[in-house]
Parts: sequence; structure tokens; C-alpha cells
Amino acid sequence: MSDIPAQLRYTRSHEWVRIEDDGSVVVGITDHAQEQLGDLVFVELPEVGRRVAAGEDCAVVESVKAASDVYAPVAGEVAEVNGELEGSPELVNQDPYGRGWLFRLRDADLGSAELLDAEAYRAHVESEEH
Amino acid sequence: MSRRTPLHDHHVAGGARMVEFAGWRMPLHYGSQVEEHHRVRREAGMFDVSHMTIVDLEGPAARPFLRRLLANDVDRLQVPGKALYGCMLNERGGVVDDLIAYFLAEGRFRLVVNAATREKDLDWIRRHAAPFEVAVTVRDDLAMLAVQGPAARERVHRVLGAGADAAARLAPFHGAEIGGLFVARTGYTGEDGYELMIPAAEAGAWWDRLREAGVAPCGLGARDTLRLEAGMCLYGQDMDEEVTPLECGLGWTVAWEPASRAFIGREALEAQRAAGVTVRAVGLLLEGRGVLRHGQKVYVPGQGEGVVTSGGFSPTLGRSIGLARVPVRVGTHCEVEIRGRRERARIVKPPFVRHGRVMVDLGGGPSGEEGEQSGE
Repeated sequence: MSDIPAQLRYTRSHEWVRIEDDGSVVVGITDHAQEQLGDLVFVELPEVGRRVAAGEDCAVVESVKAASDVYAPVAGEVAEVNGELEGSPELVNQDPYGRGWLFRLRDADLGSAELLDAEAYRAHVESEEH
Repeated sequence: MSRRTPLHDHHVAGGARMVEFAGWRMPLHYGSQVEEHHRVRREAGMFDVSHMTIVDLEGPAARPFLRRLLANDVDRLQVPGKALYGCMLNERGGVVDDLIAYFLAEGRFRLVVNAATREKDLDWIRRHAAPFEVAVTVRDDLAMLAVQGPAARERVHRVLGAGADAAARLAPFHGAEIGGLFVARTGYTGEDGYELMIPAAEAGAWWDRLREAGVAPCGLGARDTLRLEAGMCLYGQDMDEEVTPLECGLGWTVAWEPASRAFIGREALEAQRAAGVTVRAVGLLLEGRGVLRHGQKVYVPGQGEGVVTSGGFSPTLGRSIGLARVPVRVGTHCEVEIRGRRERARIVKPPFVRHGRVMVDLGGGPSGEEGEQSGE
């Protein structure tokens, strides 16, 4: 079973969200998602300063076999992206909750979408597997 | 319910990620597709290709039948065991399937056709075999393993035991019955190696023995990146019934001589050749950002548009590569539309990698090289 840290929040489309003390949120894709995708070879990140709506596609992760959209979990403005992924997309496979983070949103509207806790996300993953 | 190969339980036990492919349950990878790719380039890997269809043709008219059925000419096969790559065409010159034909003995040939086209191919073969004296037998009793890589032959020899000498004498693109197996020096990765056709009941034991000899299990994922680096066409992507061999880089597989041989599709191909072929197949090396994928639009300055037929990431080159069908007067560069953006790509001549060596110039400047896909 893939790793689902208890302190994070999740979307049904397999992004994770870490809510920081300053109110910003850091976003990545879950361990389950990277496992399903396989070896990542390219990551396309949003432009800093772009405003995104909850559920809007704003990044792309490409594995050897296919491209997959990444959706903004909540509304906000892109404050920072993980530039390290440009040369090393495999960090998402190796450390999805750490060095493989994708982008940070500021002015995040946490009420703009439903976020799952770890338990609810685990149930969601299990339901998709059956 | 999808079909399972005789090795299905071995794949599951080996931790494979299983996926649906052409109605079969097949391994995509056993952990990392990229690692499996490198293993084949550097050492030896094996693929369960039992989903492919083996068809035996027997009877005094087997040869004349194949000379009608295939655009390549089986009269090139005079020594038993020799193999030939070619296409079955429809009357319009479109590719019904690409296949390998093995000459087993006079009056005995074996075809290996694609899994995804199985029913269509069998209907086509049986329909056109009807006027000939030839028996068509589907060999579902055989499993098929491809063992590929620079160390593949030596490792298969270890497992073959007494048959090793006979296998070692096989020239490229030849096969022989050895110790109850059909061993052929063919493949789809750009590496040396064998394809082994094995009685289904014995497939698991051979798989285990090859593993013990140091051959790594590999899934369909690595098979696709390897064949793309090798510049080999994939049916359903690089060619189909709407595309002729002259348009997809397989012109070299059409045997025009003797002019008297009336193969299916000949008239249409001759008409196309006389009128001038307007598109051609090339290799692409992406210089911009992203990954080339099947179906992306290609823009050729001053000449028009084309399409990426196969695209992906090359683990050996660490770059995105592809095959594309483009206007025949293509220059050194084109642009590919990737998610709404135009990215620059360089035109190169496939293969990208062969026998472990990078065959394209990865430097920035235009190579100026152009040409057709080269064959085995």
C-alpha cells in the first residue's frame, strides 16, 4: 500500500496539499499517483503569478508512457514552483511528499474545494482499485 | 475476460504491474520500465510476447500463396530457417499488418503477426488462402519469449545446453528447430538476441531458467521505448490500413522485382509511386520542452503539416524522440504542437540507438542527414 501521510490533505484527483503556517499551500502528487504513472520524465509547472481556480488544470506530469494533468486543489495564486524538477523529474517518483513537490499557492482559498483527510483519501484509493 | 499467456502467473509472482493490452493481460513493468530498458541495452532482458499470433502455413502452394499475400517476396527465402520482414497490404496498398515470415522447409512457412490485429489478420489470411492448396494453422500451443541485449545470446546458450552450438551458428534473421524449440535470431529492440517459440506447457520452466541465467524480466513498457529508439514501426501507430509502406518508411520491404509477381496492393503502390509519394517517415529529436506523443501535429516550414506517429522519452538519450509522417520535402527542422505550444524538433534518420550505440548527433547543429528507415 502506498504512503499516505496523516498530516496532509488530499484531492480525489490524487494531489496532496500541505497547509503552511503563513496560509499558503504546497501541492504535489501522491505516492499512489506516482506509482500509477511510473517513471516520470518531464514536469511542466504553472507560471508564477498565475491565478488558478479550484480544479483547474495547471501542471502536467509526463511519464514514459503518458501525460497527466495536475489540478489546483484549491483556488489561489502560484507563488513558487519547484524548479529542481526541470532537470530531475524523477524526484516526484523518489520523494513525492518532499523534494518532489510541484508548486505553492498563496492567497489560497481553503474553502473553495473539498479536501480529504488521509483516512478518506485511503478509502478513495481503495475504492478506485476495485 | 482478457486472455492470459502461459506465463501469466510468473508475471504476477514476479511483481509485475499487469495491464490490458489487445485483449490480453500483460506485464507493463516489474517495478521500473526505465531500469528494464537499460538492462536490455546493457546486458539482457526478456519479454513474454506470447500474445503475438503464430500462424503455420503448410502445403505445396504455401510459397505461391505468400508471394501473393506479402509485399515482400518470400522467394528471397531459399535456405530453410531464413526470415523475412514485410507487410500484408490491402488492395489500396494500405498495411493490413506487418509481420515476420520464416521459411521452415519447402511447403512450410511460419508467420508471426501482431496481437492487436489477430482476428483481422486470420480472416484475411484464410480468405486469401482459399484458392491455394495451403493449410492455415494457428499455433496457440506455443508460447513466445524475446530475449534481447548484448549478453542475450550467451545467456540463452547457457540454458540451451546441447543446443547451444546450433544456436551460436545462426546468422541474424535466421531461425532453427533446436531441442524442441524454435530459436530465431530476430527481435524488436535494436539489440542482438533471440525469439524463442516454446511449447506452452514448458514456457514457465524456460522463463525460470533464463532468470537464473541472469536475464531480467521486462514488460511491454520497455519494449515500446526500445523499439522506438530502434526506429522500428509499430502497427496501429506508425502505419495502418490507410497508410502504404511507401509513406511510413517501409518502402524497403516492398519487392518490386520481378514485375510479374502480382501481390495484393501492387497496382495501388505502383500508381502511388508513379504519381509521386507526398509524405515520408522521419525521426524527430525534440529540442524544445515536453514529450513527443502519437498524434501531435507537426509543422514543416513552407511545406505544410505532418503528424507524430510514435513519440516518447528515450531513456538511452535522455531526450524525447519520435517518428513522424511529414511532407516529403522536409528540411532539417520542424515544429511540433505540444499542448498548444509549438516546440522545435530536429529531423533525424532512425534508428536513434542500435546495438547500444547512439546513432544520432545529439549536438545543437542541424545534422543535414536525411533518408529512409533502414531495415534489418
